[in-house]
Amino acid sequence: MNAIFKRPDSLKDTITHFCPGCTHGIAHRLIAETMDELGIADRTIGIPGVGCCVFLYNYFPIDVLEAPHGRAPACATGMKRAQPDKIIFAYQGDGDMAAIGTSEIIHAANRGENITVFFINNSVYGMTGGQMAPTTLLGQQTTTSPYGRDFKSEGYPIKMAEMLATLEGVAYSTRVALHSPKHVNQAKKAIRKAFEMQINEMGFSVVEMLSTCNTNWRVSPLEALKMLEREMIPYYPLGVFKERTGKDFL
Amino acid sequence: MTEKKLTKGNIALAEGAIQAGCRFYFGYPITPQNDIPEYLARNLPKHGGTFIPAESEIASINMVMGASASGKRAMTSSSGPGISLMQEGISYLAGSEMPAVIVNIMRCGPGLGGIAPTQGDYNQAVHGGGHGDYRNIVLAPGSVQEMFDLTIKAFELADRYRNPAMIIADAMIGQFQEPCRLTPERPVEFPEKSWALTGRRGRDPRLLKSLYLGDYEQEEHNLFLKQKYDEIQENEVMVEMQNLDDAELIIIAFGTPARVAKTAISLAREEGLRVGLIRPITLFPFPVNEIYEHSARAKNILVVEMNTGQMVRDVRIAAHKDAAIHFYGRPGGGFPFPDDVLGEIKKALGGGAR
Amino acid sequence: MYYDVIMAGFGGQGIQMISQIVALAAIRKGLNVTYLPSYGVEKRGGRTNVTLVIADEEIGSMVSNHPKCVIAMDTIAVDKYKAQVAPKGLLIANASLVPLAMLDRSDIVPLPLRCNDEALALGSAKLSNMIALGAFLQRSEILGFGDVEAVIDEVTPERLKKTIPANLEAIRRGIEIAANGSVR
Ligand SMILES: Cc1ncc(C[n+]2csc(CCOP(=O)(O)OP(=O)(O)O)c2C)c(N)n1
Ligand code: SF4
Ligand SMILES: [Mg+2]
Repeated sequence: MNAIFKRPDSLKDTITHFCPGCTHGIAHRLIAETMDELGIADRTIGIPGVGCCVFLYNYFPIDVLEAPHGRAPACATGMKRAQPDKIIFAYQGDGDMAAIGTSEIIHAANRGENITVFFINNSVYGMTGGQMAPTTLLGQQTTTSPYGRDFKSEGYPIKMAEMLATLEGVAYSTRVALHSPKHVNQAKKAIRKAFEMQINEMGFSVVEMLSTCNTNWRVSPLEALKMLEREMIPYYPLGVFKERTGKDFL
Repeated sequence: MTEKKLTKGNIALAEGAIQAGCRFYFGYPITPQNDIPEYLARNLPKHGGTFIPAESEIASINMVMGASASGKRAMTSSSGPGISLMQEGISYLAGSEMPAVIVNIMRCGPGLGGIAPTQGDYNQAVHGGGHGDYRNIVLAPGSVQEMFDLTIKAFELADRYRNPAMIIADAMIGQFQEPCRLTPERPVEFPEKSWALTGRRGRDPRLLKSLYLGDYEQEEHNLFLKQKYDEIQENEVMVEMQNLDDAELIIIAFGTPARVAKTAISLAREEGLRVGLIRPITLFPFPVNEIYEHSARAKNILVVEMNTGQMVRDVRIAAHKDAAIHFYGRPGGGFPFPDDVLGEIKKALGGGAR
Repeated sequence: MYYDVIMAGFGGQGIQMISQIVALAAIRKGLNVTYLPSYGVEKRGGRTNVTLVIADEEIGSMVSNHPKCVIAMDTIAVDKYKAQVAPKGLLIANASLVPLAMLDRSDIVPLPLRCNDEALALGSAKLSNMIALGAFLQRSEILGFGDVEAVIDEVTPERLKKTIPANLEAIRRGIEIAANGSVR
């Protein structure tokens, strides 16, 4: 019998700590499959930010560095400069990248560091219990925006993929979503493209993935997927915001 | 009026801040102190206050600086790595003589560490943490009521001395509940702030700064600060002392270990062992005189901490030279249970023999 | 008087509820109380445990590793806390879920109660915590039914107020079973 749905080699056979229904797990699987397909796992080093992704080392049988909260792009910079022949990816949540780590992500991107960053936007700080993040939607209630996010005091949700696309050093910036099979397929392609950018030494690549946090949104996993489609995508449009085709920057 | 409500430590602290007149809170989430920002997000607006979910702890402490420079009572709270990120700002606050209240509900480190109760940040809080020759006022609550009362005290001391005040508590103190009176014991003090930056209309311009480049200027400034710290040491020591009159052994502990020590002491006394307690409530200023006097007589000290030995160094400096100093430490992740402490008491007293 | 109890089980078994009732009733009686819930990571695993210390003197440690009583609402709770019960102490176990063979310490007093079955017999599985509470009141002797009756309204959230009479009945039932000392 042929297995048609097989665990990728680059994903360990363990039960994850993610809440049932959390799309972090999908992102993990896609990254693992892509590392398998490109045959790069044995020379790839992963750098998770601090958030629900912090246990990345439990799931990927690769080398892993645990970075301080928000600093993964700086750690990745140091690592890539020290070993340019390795594939380095950072994996950050929206609190990690779009709040505490804005400085590091912008400057790594602006320097055109030849690294790949996977960005899980689930509109809250998941790990700490669902507080408001810079990506939280207007009107969205969280434990620290109990009356709903109000632009007058908390500003507008940050569009990281678009913002990073404005920087010259960026080779590839895209936003995908993880709520339906069709979108998951697109996400997979984006992840592959991002790794290829690094392999071909094109510069900085980032894939923003719209994600769910059903636990802290306080809805069922299924309803969370619907909310992603209904509420996140209208504000966070999917698409490619920058794609370099040749080393024209040289 | 003085009815007590079963209250969580972190909530008592947050309500204490509101009652102290704090109307500006800036913070970034981190376990195990999230109850504080979450409570203030809900309740500060009801008092006309401002809550900002800041983008980082670096931003938080600098927002505090801005509000404080405006003459307002402002606070931030965090834990472990977040407090580390604030150190530059705290040093600036001390150097430019600005009040602020910074709360550290400690997590175990180093690094990302864990969230079990711990006291690993004693040195960071008491002996600097940031750069330069400064002191924080450091308060260490040992009950839910003190989480409330000492928060008010922290704002008063910070304003009185124009200096950052830190509250450090282990997660047990933050997370457990006790009956608590949620109104101030006495009217809250609000000192005049003749240094606040409010626009120079009708007066000379004011300046808050910490850069001193002129000949001897920096030294003069440091000596001035030193004088202030001496004054704090002289006037503001808070300490709880129990069962010291006949004590042959004194336990010195703060926060949760002091609570555990109280239980261990009553177990020890049931067995006829004469043990007493000194619980520093202020860690700076440290109860140097109290420790010296009592150790001169009791001759035996047992320091209990939830770390590998931090406050014990200050006890060594303070204690009488003839006192034998024993240490029992359980770093974060472990816990000093009452019978563990009882065992240490017996060891320190020579197997229980007297 | 000094009494410490650990109440443990999985989320949804109403452990917070009964521990809140006991804590408040003790406070109203003028006693000192400390209430220590599990926090952080443990919360995520879906476990609930509460350490309560009740005393007429000042309470030192809010943590106890030799409690006079453990209320264990499932097998995991028995596993975790059985060894900690102080000698001659009381282990109230939810025998609807816990095999009697697990209650094998001879130096403590086991009190197995079929909490779920008793609760169902009263009309709702949700009352199992109250059966345990009743048994605790009867055996610990620090609080009476009246003390609890006086505070239950205050502890019960608005949407559950209509369950109060059934809860009180279940507490009475727990007291009755414990008084008979029989394993049912
Ligand atoms: C300096 C510092 N501040 C705060 C924290 C606490 N913390 C841990 S994870 C996290 C937020 C995670 O949110 P996000 O990056 O969105 O990841 P998610 O869990 O939602 O995937 C925070 C604030 C920390 N570890 N370090
Ligand atoms: S808290 Fe949210 S982001 Fe974290 S594992 Fe659970 S669902 Fe996923
Ligand atoms: Mg997030």
